Amino acid sequence: MFEIWYGIVAAMFAAYVVLDGFDFGAGVLHLIVARTDRERREVLAAIGPFWNGSEVWILAAGGALFVAFPRVLSSGLSGFYLPIFLVLWAIIGRGIALEFRSHVPNPIWRASFDGVFSLSSALLPILLGAALGNVLRGVPLDSEGWFSIPLFTDFTAEGAVGVLDWYTVLVGVFALVTLTAHGALFLAWKTREAVQSRSMLIGGRLYILVAALWPIMGLATLRVNRDVFVRFAERPVVWALTSLAFVGLASAFWSLLRRKPLVAFMSSCLFLASLSGAIATSFFPEMLHAVNTSAGSITAFNGGGDAMGLQTAMRWFGIGLPLAILYFVIVFRTHRGSALPNPPASQPTEERA
Amino acid sequence: MDSALVLHRIQFAFTIVYHYLFPVLSMGLAFLIFVMKALGLRQGGEGWNDAARFWIRIFGINFAVGVVTGIPMEFQFGTNWARFSNYAGNVIGHTLAMEGLFAFFLESSFLYLLIRGEERLGRIGHFLSSAALFVGSWLSGYFIIATNAFMQHPVGYSVTLEGKLRLEDFWAFLLNPWALAQYAHNMISAVVTASFVVTALGAFYTLNRQHADAAARFLKIGITAGLVSSILVAFPTGDAQAKLVAKYQPVSLAAMEGRFEGGAPAGIVLIGQPNVAERRLDNPIIVPGILSFLAYGQFHAEVRGLNDFKESEWPDNIELLYYSFHVMAGLGTIMIGIMAIAALMRARGALEHNWKMLWILMVSFPFPYIAITAGWMTTELARQPWLIYGLMRTADGSSQNVHAGSTLFTLIGFCGLYLLLGVIFLYMIASEISHGPVAPSTHSTDAQREVVHV
Repeated sequence: MFEIWYGIVAAMFAAYVVLDGFDFGAGVLHLIVARTDRERREVLAAIGPFWNGSEVWILAAGGALFVAFPRVLSSGLSGFYLPIFLVLWAIIGRGIALEFRSHVPNPIWRASFDGVFSLSSALLPILLGAALGNVLRGVPLDSEGWFSIPLFTDFTAEGAVGVLDWYTVLVGVFALVTLTAHGALFLAWKTREAVQSRSMLIGGRLYILVAALWPIMGLATLRVNRDVFVRFAERPVVWALTSLAFVGLASAFWSLLRRKPLVAFMSSCLFLASLSGAIATSFFPEMLHAVNTSAGSITAFNGGGDAMGLQTAMRWFGIGLPLAILYFVIVFRTHRGSALPNPPASQPTEERA
Repeated sequence: MDSALVLHRIQFAFTIVYHYLFPVLSMGLAFLIFVMKALGLRQGGEGWNDAARFWIRIFGINFAVGVVTGIPMEFQFGTNWARFSNYAGNVIGHTLAMEGLFAFFLESSFLYLLIRGEERLGRIGHFLSSAALFVGSWLSGYFIIATNAFMQHPVGYSVTLEGKLRLEDFWAFLLNPWALAQYAHNMISAVVTASFVVTALGAFYTLNRQHADAAARFLKIGITAGLVSSILVAFPTGDAQAKLVAKYQPVSLAAMEGRFEGGAPAGIVLIGQPNVAERRLDNPIIVPGILSFLAYGQFHAEVRGLNDFKESEWPDNIELLYYSFHVMAGLGTIMIGIMAIAALMRARGALEHNWKMLWILMVSFPFPYIAITAGWMTTELARQPWLIYGLMRTADGSSQNVHAGSTLFTLIGFCGLYLLLGVIFLYMIASEISHGPVAPSTHSTDAQREVVHV
């Protein structure tokens, strides 16, 4: 039961990375690939129908974590108190910028929200990546499974650790580069003309960087958490997922070269999903790794909720998840094809000036 | 109470009160928009559709602020109330996760289609999107109410050997009688809010001699829904809620009424100031027998007073609780009166020319917001000193691994951010109102607009 729930939670976080990942990336590139107001509205129209639904995945994943592993959720969120609020504030700024930017036809208003949107879109992958780095490296758990951690200490990733050190910052940068590349491929698929060709060019370059950073990330993880690597070697499923991620990365390159943006984007989704899966399976059963050896880690088994409650939750998950996927299909079908800048009929404020 | 606990409580109270100002309108408007779209479909013509389009634009702005201020609420269970989440996660995690799965996915998928998708979807499809938002936002409300109801009146659980809660009976938990009563009361109060807002704008346009057709429709739907809902919010739903408090939280009822001495019969307090130090109500005006009747259905029933309970069981802020409850009940009564008079005038065709009544309708839209905030404060303060009634005290639920300074920092951060958000929100709403419910022109092309804006 706990294995299944670990899988569900991991799959939901992976869905979040893939889905919100592309609109983070589009946000980072917003000021770079889109230069005029029309181009910027093209970028916003491309992610407009999707970003809100994508963001729900982190809430749903958090909900699954809450019901299945309450100990992990309560210890993790309270332990990372300040960084969590930075994430929340960035999410608030980003959502408001996206929704309100085009309502007022004033260039300064729009430029301000373009700035907020881009900045928060860049900050979020760095913060969430650093959070992943913290989970992989481990946190100083006390005997009851709580911790509190300073923002930074000596950046060594050993002993008295902080939220930011060389390793977690590296993971943050890797997340930023990867999701930006992912977003570039999404824009290459959903936009046309100038924005599309700029996105393709940037996407290709960023993917070279991703390919270069990926092995460095692997070696760095070996350095800070040997357990992950021991399990990595033992588990064939991790090897399979890593190979899939490699296939995704190679295919993204290949399709970009052949100018097939949809295939390239799908390959990028495969890359991110498999990479997330590989990380989760090589981390299992740990959920909060204790950096100090004196205390035990919180795992899927000792951090799990009550088995009977989880059985109940499985039933309504079986109803809810297919529904969520159904809505997702409806939205993607309704908005298939390239995005045009905001449809004029429902932008009444546009006409005011 | 140590300072960290106070700060956790203030931060949660501030962020939830601010957040709820938005969903309360969203949920009420989702219902009214659904009704407008249905009327438009039935009667044909563009009148109701134009009205719906205008309110959908307001809804979109309001909904966006509701979404972004709601996300921190979900996280604060873990960040600020970690011991509570760890203790009760196996139970309340269900409803919180279900909200994401059943409500948020539905809402987020159809929101964009509702706001921008009318051309793509056609009449029926657009109507169905409004139905999806109505169902989604009302489902979302249910899951949150069910979570809160568990904290007020825990059912369907047992305590494990480790001393944590586990879910025993899913349906008993989901269909908690407290949740059903609270949900009815709460959702109808959301309709009251939306009705007052729609009515106020109808009155504004009428007074301003603008958009006569839309204004008449706003007044019609706002006053009709407003009268029905403001009556229903008091009786039977508010009444049912009060009877549950009397039955399960008698000490809270005594505190809400500032009742120190118990006994029979019990009168209802219209006005008075609770004096906790001397354990009496100063300057009271009391109608005899009514509280006994409202709480237990008999005019001579005994209602216990605070003196009948240990002080350690008293709610920890009796004055605030007392005033919140009386502000809610008082405003509830005033709102019924306003809507009844307005409905009577409208029925006689006298409303449109009566500028005094239009002014009253225009400026009374804050009443439901104040009443609802006071009502939620009543619910939450009445539950104190418990976090989960009878099971966990508030003092035992906060995160101990978070320093008071960190909480103060995030509280100040929220104050600043939400102030800015409020200013932007009001500016956008004001610009929508000044633009008004007119059909947007579809003639201008992107190229033309480019010249204007770049």
